[in-house]
Amino acid sequence: MMSLKEAVRSGSVTVRPRKAKETKGDKAVAAVSHTMLLIWSLIVILPLLWTLMTSFKTTREIFASPFSLPEQWNFDNYVSAWTTAGIGSYFVNTIIVVGFALVIVMVLGAMCAYVLARFKFPGSRGIYYLMLAGLTFPIFLAIVPLFFILKNIGLLNTLPGLIIVYVAFALPFTVFFLFSFFKTLPDEIGEAAAIDGAGEWRTFFQVMLPMAKPGLASVLIFNFLGLWNQFLIPVALNTNVGHYVLSQGMAAFASQAGYAVNFGALFAAVVITVVPVLIVYIIFQRQLQGSVSAGTNK
Amino acid sequence: MIDLSSQVRPDSGKPAAIRSRRKKLTFDKVSFMVVFLGLPLAVYVVFVISPFVQAAYYSMTDWSGFSASMNFIGVDNYVKLVHNDTFMKALGNNIILVIVLPIVTIILSLILATLVTVGGSSRGQIKGLKNSSFYRVVSFFPYVIPAIIIGIMWTQIYDPSNGLVNGILTGMGFDEFKSFPWLGDERTAMIATMFVIVWGFIGFYMVLFVAAIKGIPAELFEAARIDGAGRVRTLVSITIPLIRDNIQTAYVYMGILALDAFVYMQVMNSGGGPNNSTLVMSQQLFSTAFTKNQFGYSSAMGVVLAAVTLAFSGLVFLVNRLTGGKDDVR
Repeated sequence: MMSLKEAVRSGSVTVRPRKAKETKGDKAVAAVSHTMLLIWSLIVILPLLWTLMTSFKTTREIFASPFSLPEQWNFDNYVSAWTTAGIGSYFVNTIIVVGFALVIVMVLGAMCAYVLARFKFPGSRGIYYLMLAGLTFPIFLAIVPLFFILKNIGLLNTLPGLIIVYVAFALPFTVFFLFSFFKTLPDEIGEAAAIDGAGEWRTFFQVMLPMAKPGLASVLIFNFLGLWNQFLIPVALNTNVGHYVLSQGMAAFASQAGYAVNFGALFAAVVITVVPVLIVYIIFQRQLQGSVSAGTNK
Repeated sequence: MIDLSSQVRPDSGKPAAIRSRRKKLTFDKVSFMVVFLGLPLAVYVVFVISPFVQAAYYSMTDWSGFSASMNFIGVDNYVKLVHNDTFMKALGNNIILVIVLPIVTIILSLILATLVTVGGSSRGQIKGLKNSSFYRVVSFFPYVIPAIIIGIMWTQIYDPSNGLVNGILTGMGFDEFKSFPWLGDERTAMIATMFVIVWGFIGFYMVLFVAAIKGIPAELFEAARIDGAGRVRTLVSITIPLIRDNIQTAYVYMGILALDAFVYMQVMNSGGGPNNSTLVMSQQLFSTAFTKNQFGYSSAMGVVLAAVTLAFSGLVFLVNRLTGGKDDVR
């Protein structure tokens, strides 16, 4: 829907009645604007291209000639980053943690938002504001007590411990976003489901949840980016190297590369981390940009 | 609605049955509420709310984490903080960040957003520049790259001898930059770091503003044009006032990020930079807690950080309201 509107506005769909003449001033403004935008695009693209290029060089080459193309395009750096630097296992850990956390937070968040949005009961406003508090307070305030809570229940330095903390801190945002979404679904649908004999459970899972799909997709994308990028929580609560996730593994690798100097592998590791996200981004970029506007223009 | 159901009720008992069923507490409904509300709330209270409350209490103790004893020392930690020059320096750096980052990011992204939406021809239909979607896609790129990777990448780009920046500068003939340590010089470390953060977020806010500007009816722009308003005038008098709430939201988001800034600072200058010029509160908190094990003291830092964050958001809402915006707190 969004994309259609966009297309209509930007003029790519409507047939222009007549070709508007461009004045001199317009041409000058357009030239200046395009120059500005091009410079900006270069500032974005150049670092990425340079990183990609450098990832194919040996460390000796990087020092000798940082700006020339690699002598030969080989994948040694990628192999060594994936195996010896442990990026492979960090990658797997990240997928496990983010995957489980996403599923759980989507289910719990949707349930909580649904109840808060569609049922009136004493204290519902209070719960809503409690969620708001969780969004505003910095996570840094909670990190020390969290360390000891996890320690006491024996989940410190484990993947399940990490998953549950991810879920807890992604919950307020998820509830907020979906709360406004469930509010907009018409009451008649719930009534129709009840008339057809569906209980509350069935109404939710078979009627409401499928209807909330667009909202769920948007939240899912945001949560994915947020959790995939999460750095503080794993660094503080998951210090066992075998359980490292990608972000903290990369940080450890970078600080260690300062001494052991395998820069080629470091660049390769950066590319390995960025490429999957970029591919997902390019495929879903319309959806994603739609989500940004949906998420902030409520 | 009510009419309909009262009409129906006499001949079929169904709606009445529904009504009573909705009020009665059936097993279906009770189990539903318990699971749907209880489960998320339990997770949330245990792992989010209770740590916040505990932190507030720890901040008034001398707890070192692993000792069983914990003495209540009132506001001593806070008094100590005020006299801690390093922490005060970090607070100062955070304040610089919270002022500079949102303003620069929002101004630049607003300009870019304007160019791609309404920057096109001044005749005919209101439209953006040609190929604007290309710029939009490219600009949004950095937002999807994990912050830690952005930090690692730019550390290499700023590298004094092999980095891209000095390579380009010497290539252009500025030989004094041959081995200039951008992140190792007190004068440039902060600016270089801020540039990286701005680099990562302009695209995101640009997309946000593009969406907001597209929400403005085109008639308004056309009317302004007929009245003879130029591009700058249109931006100042039409666009900005109409997307003011989005700008406020962007300001708050970006400010909260600037008050954190942990990842960027930690990866680009983990020790706080030359002469602590890039040290931020979150780094201080982290090392006090997890290397020095002073958990009480670090919790006090957390409380200060939270207080500054709340004060900042409050201030933004207040300023926006005083200058005539809607007091729409989302």
